[in-house]
Amino acid sequence: MSAIRTVFVKEVLENLRDRRVIFSALVFGVLLAPVIFALTTTLASKRLVRDQDQPLQLPVVGVMNAPNLVQFLRENGVEIVAARYNEASAMEAVRSGQRDFVLIIPDTYGEKLAAGGSAPLDFIVDTANSRTASGAGRAQRLLSAYGQQLATLRLLVRGISPEVLQPVDVRTLDIATPAGRSLLILGMMTYFCFMSMLMGGFYLAIDTTAGERERGSLEPLLSLPVPRDSLIMGKILATAAYMSVSLLLTLIAFSIVLLFVPLESLGMSANFGPRIVLSIFAVMVTFVPVGAGLMTVVASFTRSSREAQTWLSFVMMIPMAPILVAVINNTRPSAALMAIPSLSQHLLATGLMRGDAIAPMHVAISFATTLLLGGVLVWIAMRLYRRDAILG
Amino acid sequence: MISVAGLKKRFGSVQALNDVSFDAADGRITGLLGHNGAGKSTTLRILSTVIRTDEGRALVDGNDCATQSLEVRRSLGVLPHASGLYPHFTGRENIEYYARLHGMKREQVTQTTEYLIGRLALGDVADRRAKGYSQGERLKVSLARALIHRPRTVILDEPTNGLDVNAVRMLRELIRELRTSGCCVLFSSHVMQEVAALCDDIVIIAHGRVVVSGTPEQILAHTGTTDLEEAFVRAADGSVA
Repeated sequence: MSAIRTVFVKEVLENLRDRRVIFSALVFGVLLAPVIFALTTTLASKRLVRDQDQPLQLPVVGVMNAPNLVQFLRENGVEIVAARYNEASAMEAVRSGQRDFVLIIPDTYGEKLAAGGSAPLDFIVDTANSRTASGAGRAQRLLSAYGQQLATLRLLVRGISPEVLQPVDVRTLDIATPAGRSLLILGMMTYFCFMSMLMGGFYLAIDTTAGERERGSLEPLLSLPVPRDSLIMGKILATAAYMSVSLLLTLIAFSIVLLFVPLESLGMSANFGPRIVLSIFAVMVTFVPVGAGLMTVVASFTRSSREAQTWLSFVMMIPMAPILVAVINNTRPSAALMAIPSLSQHLLATGLMRGDAIAPMHVAISFATTLLLGGVLVWIAMRLYRRDAILG
Repeated sequence: MISVAGLKKRFGSVQALNDVSFDAADGRITGLLGHNGAGKSTTLRILSTVIRTDEGRALVDGNDCATQSLEVRRSLGVLPHASGLYPHFTGRENIEYYARLHGMKREQVTQTTEYLIGRLALGDVADRRAKGYSQGERLKVSLARALIHRPRTVILDEPTNGLDVNAVRMLRELIRELRTSGCCVLFSSHVMQEVAALCDDIVIIAHGRVVVSGTPEQILAHTGTTDLEEAFVRAADGSVA
């Protein structure tokens, strides 16, 4: 027991003096991830706010052809910019990015309208351009609203109720809570937390196995009267300690950053007070033995630190995969999914942030399966350490 | 006291040891001599219990290296080939870490570390990080680390490799001192002069087999020369059975 503690203390202290370790454990995850998160969400909300507040500028060819339509658009806050294009040159202007979109009112517009027919309008837009999508959408909605208005008038003139054209009246009742709407963006947050947790133990897992072998300090260590199980246990515990600290600091950094991010303007809110932070930590920290065991196992197979780094950067992606799939598919928690380590922590953590009620059964399954896998991986690491080949 | 009988070890397709037997007595310096790749390091690694032998038996002070590895390691001080230090620790911290792993109490750790730092003249560098150490300073700290528990038996794998003259002298003096205190010292080398200058007994090993062993005089008689260098070459080439 005291040997495990001696190894643990030594690994913790020595690695504290390694700038590379400190950078990856404390700077990379703890500061970088929340900063990236804050920047992207702030930019997204700025853009949303800007798009809503700014008057819509609409280049129109043939303003004189449809005075009523133009009047309607002006009343709805559209700034009409008279432009001179034919169809081809308008397309070119949009394609080159000179204009976001262009409305062309053909000369035949008035004629067709007066005859009670369908009056042509050409709206030229690049739907592949996401930057102009919200403006184009607004313009299109206004145009169809104007069409709706004309249709209603035409029916009234003929003595027909406009409801004839509206056999189905769909009402949409939005039940999304602000916290629920921010799920996607908060889902990315658990991903960041996992990343920085694994980065926290990355160099320790390498240094305590492949690194120690490469420096030639492993052989004298193994010839000490200490069981190898105690040595590897102390090393894995040190890796786990760094991972846990990285995780906790990242969560704290997130909770601070979220105070300054205008999530509300994105129509979102997140529960991220101290109690939630601690609960999320308690849920996610169960994954630490899995990460520490996995990285140690992989690192003890490799011949050098460099090789270990290459392998580990790849292996780190494995626990990330289910989270990415879950974020994209907006997966809901279920008892079966709770048996998948990393995914279960993600689902529980996002549930906590949404303010959902967490099923105790789910927590129990998540804890049991994750700790079991962690135990198995640590056991494998110990077996590997008993082989002759550990000396390389 | 080391006693080795019929050691065999295979790594994949390479038969590293093919029947190695010899004894090394207390209060004597025994040299394990052989070309690179002859099986010296493998033999020493089996003795220090970091690898297991396929066949045969290795005993250190009567304890079996295979079945009583903890007892063996307790009585053994080992300086492996290319013994590395922890670069972010000072020399003192490197030594103290090993003292703690030997289960020493706090005062004892400080005391023995201090003694060895003085004995090996490490006073000037002991509190600097090991990262910037010279070859000789690294060796001294590695030695202090290996001797921290005052082992009865000391194993040194090519300790003089890459050392300057002063460091080699210091090492020889230390090894002789260990002999005087009754230790069993086993060290390996591929340089005959090295062994001749120091050893009471010599074991010459070639192709995973002990070809000849005994005192320098016995080896000269056995190989029929008056020159140890020549004796080594003949023995190692297998021209003497």
